[in-house]
Amino acid sequence: MSEQENQSKFMQNGVVKWIEHRMPIFSFIDHSVGSGYPTPRNLSYWWNFGSLAGFALVILIATGVVLAMHYTPHTDHAFNSIERIMRDVNGGWLIRYIHMNMASFFFMVVFIHIFRGMYYGSYKYPRELLWIIGVLILLAMMATAFMGYVLPWGQMSYWGATVITNLFSAVPVFGEEVVQLLWGGFIVDNATLNRFFSLHYLMPFVILGLVVVHIWALHTFGSNNPTGIDVKGPQDTIPFHPYFTIKDLYGMGVFLLIFCFFVFFAPNYFGHPDNYIMADPLTTPPHIVPEWYFLPFYAILRAFTPEFILYLPISWLMSAKLAGVIAMFAAVILLALLPWLDTSRVRSAKYRPLYRWFFWIFVLDWLILGLCGAKPAEGYWILIGQAATAYYFIHLLLILPLLGLIERPSKTPDSITASVTGEQAGSAQPQAAE
Amino acid sequence: MSDTANTPPSSKIDEQSRRDFLLVTTATVGTVGTALAVWPLIDSLNPAADTLALATTEVDLTPIEEGQSITVVWQGKPVFVRHRTGAEIDQAKKDDAEVLPDPEKDADRTVRPKWLVMVGVCTHLGCIPLGQKEGEPKGEYGGWFCPCHGSHYDTSGRIRKGPAPTNLPVPKHEFLTDTTIKIG
Repeated sequence: MSEQENQSKFMQNGVVKWIEHRMPIFSFIDHSVGSGYPTPRNLSYWWNFGSLAGFALVILIATGVVLAMHYTPHTDHAFNSIERIMRDVNGGWLIRYIHMNMASFFFMVVFIHIFRGMYYGSYKYPRELLWIIGVLILLAMMATAFMGYVLPWGQMSYWGATVITNLFSAVPVFGEEVVQLLWGGFIVDNATLNRFFSLHYLMPFVILGLVVVHIWALHTFGSNNPTGIDVKGPQDTIPFHPYFTIKDLYGMGVFLLIFCFFVFFAPNYFGHPDNYIMADPLTTPPHIVPEWYFLPFYAILRAFTPEFILYLPISWLMSAKLAGVIAMFAAVILLALLPWLDTSRVRSAKYRPLYRWFFWIFVLDWLILGLCGAKPAEGYWILIGQAATAYYFIHLLLILPLLGLIERPSKTPDSITASVTGEQAGSAQPQAAE
Repeated sequence: MSDTANTPPSSKIDEQSRRDFLLVTTATVGTVGTALAVWPLIDSLNPAADTLALATTEVDLTPIEEGQSITVVWQGKPVFVRHRTGAEIDQAKKDDAEVLPDPEKDADRTVRPKWLVMVGVCTHLGCIPLGQKEGEPKGEYGGWFCPCHGSHYDTSGRIRKGPAPTNLPVPKHEFLTDTTIKIG
């Protein structure tokens, strides 16, 4: 109650009233992340990762803007300007290490956020569009991170950029023209570095715009919850502020503890030592490894060799290289189709005894793919990578659609409140009429 | 309908289709115009004139002994120049008869059989294959080996095994004298 009194006291302030009358921004904020946003009362800590991702984005933009003031996007100066940031710029080492590590943590948080959505069926009606926007955010993040990794102009920067841009040479007929358009030359060079810097500065704001749309779509129907059951009345919800603002802040504290451990004690843990060697267009490092968050997708790309069993049926149509490129992009884009690939009408895996297992197998499969991506493509790693790639697509295209038809879900509670109190139909039902 | 003046009732339908026509043409002109205006922005990303004003590269062959290779830079790309041994040439000619992923005769890949000149960029994903220097792995066919994803090239620079789709490309080159070549 006192919270609402505070709220109304705030709203009685003259300046606030003057602004609110002309542009109702305070009530907008209140309805977005304040006491005016009714939130399911049973959200667990798995629901912290959305706001954590938003926090990571803000930190990345803030540190990035400052780093850009000291960085020089030129092949002759880029590497040295980074070293200057590390050695001479006041607190430059800290700002750069925060930026580098926060990129990794952003992906970690977003991956957990995505897997949470998959476990609790958050992508199902009416949140399909919300989910699709999320996949677009993931794609934009990947593009941004890739271009950001090129900027220090180390050996991994250079050769990572070479390998990834060369993927587009697999485009039929115009492959070479497309790659030259991307490079602005005949190899990855100064023109490439300049445009990557420009786009790396632009893309975070595109992501920010997508985040705004993502939250708009979220607030149209509100958050999903661990039971996957719709909110049936006010008894199922509590105000976002103060209940979830405080819960999110607590999670953020834990997050920052782990984050600071890496920034201060293992700042290069997620990086690669070869990136502290300046780019040399005439020497390829023995093992080119992308950043860890690309590894599962990199493994899918590499799985497509002429001998791969999934490739054989389409070998008459395209090269193994093109098939690998298409599969890698499909691995992300298929996620956007999850609302239709998953045929079950029950959202939460809590009430889906079979899906629960397949979900964890899928997570395991994804981790194995990541491991394969980190290993050189030799020996049995090739076979493991191919098996894991095959399973990735089998899960999405075969298991998920069939599971919804075969599986007998267990009984879902009547409401969010009933799931806590254990009450059965009748007691919590009357309010549902609202 | 109401406030605009002087529309005879008979032309009502005409008026409707006239407005539709204006709407559609305006939208079309706007769309096409925007697309045309975007083109210069995209085209500006293509290689600029100074990048295109390429440099041909001349190479002096005298210091390269039989069995040695050097790497020169042409258009920013590494170009392998190898002084092949008799055994390598024989092997390359013999392999013409093998089943090749990207069939090409050794004779079509050289101006003079002793001198193999090709762009040293793996046709898979653009790494630089090993095999130029003494002691580097040369792959299963005695030519070059790409460490990134394991492509093997033979003594004529042809792809024999691994994910690369095509042979190492041979750039246009000519002998200016017996000991000088011009690439490009």
